[in-house]
Amino acid sequence: MQATNILILIIGLGAFAFFLGRGRSIALAAPLGGIRKLHSLPSYYGLHAALWCALPSLFLLGMWMMFDDPLINSIVVKSVASEIAPTNSASYNLLLNKISNLADGILPRKGENAALVAAADHMISLRVVSRWSLTALLLTLSSLGLLWGWSRISASFRARPVVEKVMQNILLACACLAIFTTVGIVLSVLFESIQFFRSVPIFDFVFGLEWSPQMAIREDQVGSSGSFGAVPLFVGTLLVSAVAMVVAVPIGLMSAIYLAEYASKSVRAYAKPALEILAGIPTVVYGFFAALTVAPFLRDLGASFGLSVSSESALAAGGVMGVMIIPFISSLADDVITAVPQSMRDGSLAMGATQSETVRRVIIPAALPGIVGGIMLAISRAIGETMIVVMAAGMAAKLTANPLESVTTVTVQIVTLLTGDQEFDSPKTLAAFALGLMLFTVTLLLNIFALHIVKKYREQYD
Amino acid sequence: MTEALNNLGKIKKSLSRRNRAERRFRWYGRMAVFIGLAAVMVLFTDIISKGQGAFRITYIELEVTYEQDRIGIQSLTDPEQLATGNWEALYKAALRNEFTEVSGRRDKRKLYGLISSGAGFDLKDRLLANPLLLGATENVWILADDDIDTYYKSWLDGEPYAARMSTKQLQWIDELHAQGKIRLQFNKNLFTRGDSREPEQAGIRGAVMGSLLTLLLTLLLSFPIGVSAAIYLEEFAPRNRWTDFIEVNINNLAAVPSIIFGLLGLAIFINFFHIPRSVPIVGGLVLTLMTLPTIIITSRAAIKSVPPSIREAALGMGASKYQVVLHHVLPLSLPGMLTGAIIGMAQALGESAPLLMIGMVAFIVDIPAGFSDPATVLPVQIFLWADSPERAFIEKTSAAIMVLLSFLIVMNTVAVWLRKRLERRW
Repeated sequence: MQATNILILIIGLGAFAFFLGRGRSIALAAPLGGIRKLHSLPSYYGLHAALWCALPSLFLLGMWMMFDDPLINSIVVKSVASEIAPTNSASYNLLLNKISNLADGILPRKGENAALVAAADHMISLRVVSRWSLTALLLTLSSLGLLWGWSRISASFRARPVVEKVMQNILLACACLAIFTTVGIVLSVLFESIQFFRSVPIFDFVFGLEWSPQMAIREDQVGSSGSFGAVPLFVGTLLVSAVAMVVAVPIGLMSAIYLAEYASKSVRAYAKPALEILAGIPTVVYGFFAALTVAPFLRDLGASFGLSVSSESALAAGGVMGVMIIPFISSLADDVITAVPQSMRDGSLAMGATQSETVRRVIIPAALPGIVGGIMLAISRAIGETMIVVMAAGMAAKLTANPLESVTTVTVQIVTLLTGDQEFDSPKTLAAFALGLMLFTVTLLLNIFALHIVKKYREQYD
Repeated sequence: MTEALNNLGKIKKSLSRRNRAERRFRWYGRMAVFIGLAAVMVLFTDIISKGQGAFRITYIELEVTYEQDRIGIQSLTDPEQLATGNWEALYKAALRNEFTEVSGRRDKRKLYGLISSGAGFDLKDRLLANPLLLGATENVWILADDDIDTYYKSWLDGEPYAARMSTKQLQWIDELHAQGKIRLQFNKNLFTRGDSREPEQAGIRGAVMGSLLTLLLTLLLSFPIGVSAAIYLEEFAPRNRWTDFIEVNINNLAAVPSIIFGLLGLAIFINFFHIPRSVPIVGGLVLTLMTLPTIIITSRAAIKSVPPSIREAALGMGASKYQVVLHHVLPLSLPGMLTGAIIGMAQALGESAPLLMIGMVAFIVDIPAGFSDPATVLPVQIFLWADSPERAFIEKTSAAIMVLLSFLIVMNTVAVWLRKRLERRW
């Protein structure tokens, strides 16, 4: 039986239990003088029965789905004939793949090793056993749960608090998913990074000046060990982000000031959403725009001035990224500027200051913490931005501060190292996780710091 | 007294300078807004001007005779024969009949190059749909090759781009044009086919279906979970460290770069749970985790906007905390939550970086039909096409972007409309 069918079956049983429980509570209440004599409303008795029927089964189903495949795999591999038994983890995986492909019928059985075919048959039979035993177990569990929930129904039984307690725990679990996600991110990048740092010293990674992550296929090949010095990537990332900030900060900030302090209501009503469009455009579109329109334009422009601009220049990628970030900065700055109390503006204007003097001397200093927080969030976004740089920036790691040259960034390298086929024990793929760890740490610190500043600032004027 | 007068003079003198500074400052502000708006305009005009051509494509009219022995089949019902049949021979013969003067292998190859290399299969489908055609002759509009398409369109626009064309080919096209046997038709393939290496055969149907499946899963998972989390945090969570910790986590996750979620998906879902690569299940799970913070944050704002008096009234009538939430707070904040969900979905629809990590970047021709079929999504398809060297793919990419942007515009308009329509001011 398919997992989805089992799921539908359990949900159907749960619905059945609901109506059964509800019906029984109404039937029990009838001789006592109607449902007023029950402790809870009938639907709570129904829900109580349904929860008992479905929840344990769903839990079991989840656990089973998680563990049955690895378990079957290990049983099959342990029981294979000794002549094809795996010697190390790579051949283990290879063997497993072959057996499961044979079992799924992806590979033809004709002409295969008899031991392999036997193992595949073994796998099929184990899978069948697993499915049927799961179905039987789930049905028993559901029926037992149903019976238990049903038998507990009586006029004095307090169904509502029980149901509400369970619901509260479900809600709590949903809220905790955010924590699990963070933990998952940390664990996934940390584990692979630790593995990576076993083969490449962490010092070489963080301070090394050369990045060429090619790994040799044979041991004796020229250049067999790649070098994993990430400094060129960090510099490239910073360069692109700096270009982006040079574009985004003045434009974003000035447009926020203009729209908040000068523009009439009608201009603001149209200009603000129009600027926000920029935030809604997918990054892949910006990447296409940067690679096919902006970069050739800049190259030709540079050529007409006698400058050699790379067709994958940091300027093109950074500039387009800056355009993408404009609405981000302008909306954050708008929030903090409008949060500055009107009394401060009035005070400054009453002293005879012009509007721009008020903005520069009073409002900006008052809003500065919030603005700085917003800019830091924008920087963290620029550092983590992927598609624009993947499409418009280069692949070669070059240590340069010249925005007209081609540089590569951390995110570009993560994508190039991880797309396509990969094995999980080569430093090449693990390096991507080490870069991911760096990226996550830096953006996390920036975010925490920025959110802290913004929060502090909000409290100041609340 | 004189000092005061002096000061007054100073102030008056500085006034014009200060006013100039004021005007300058205003002008900077106007410039900033203008640059932002200009960027929007440039982006849209660039994409539209590049992509509008892709909705029409060049067809060539040929007189095709469905000769049985030329295809090399005996019956139309044997799948093995159909698979091995020489379907290209049909249009090749038709081309030779059209241009009888062409001889020599190289010239013939150029001649066959006028037609899309997949056109044989179109003829096969045509024949299978109407078996009576076998042995008959008919005039068919056949899809032209992408180089011909690029040239013919640019030639119609008055700036011919003939870099990949031979002089003979140019001559043939002139002849066809003079006879009215070459024309632009609506590009149906763009909307009905999956990806292809041949630009003229490639379509976005597969990517759109992949996006749809992925988004459906994302919505089914992230909306209930996000709303539950928001309800818990707003209505039930005690003020303690644990709750604070959850909130800090949610706020941080909202700002974590999307590519990190891709790493998470790769390490946990694919490497640990062994879910196959490239399938909408993994994509949906990763995008769920990514959009969850957005949905939680907007849902919390929606719940917050329900005035406490409603809760108090319900509690006063004897409702339990859950009844208050389920019967009053939730229905009243649902429009806000839906708006948040649509915005989250729009974000997920445009996202591609994490999906690159989990293998949804593969070249997939078949149109996915289920959650466990290999699939790609629209933004990733755009990325793949943007990387392709063929010139005709630029047009296709822009067209795909136009489709993506129209989806996003529709979603955002619905969100705004929902907010305007259903939002209640208390």
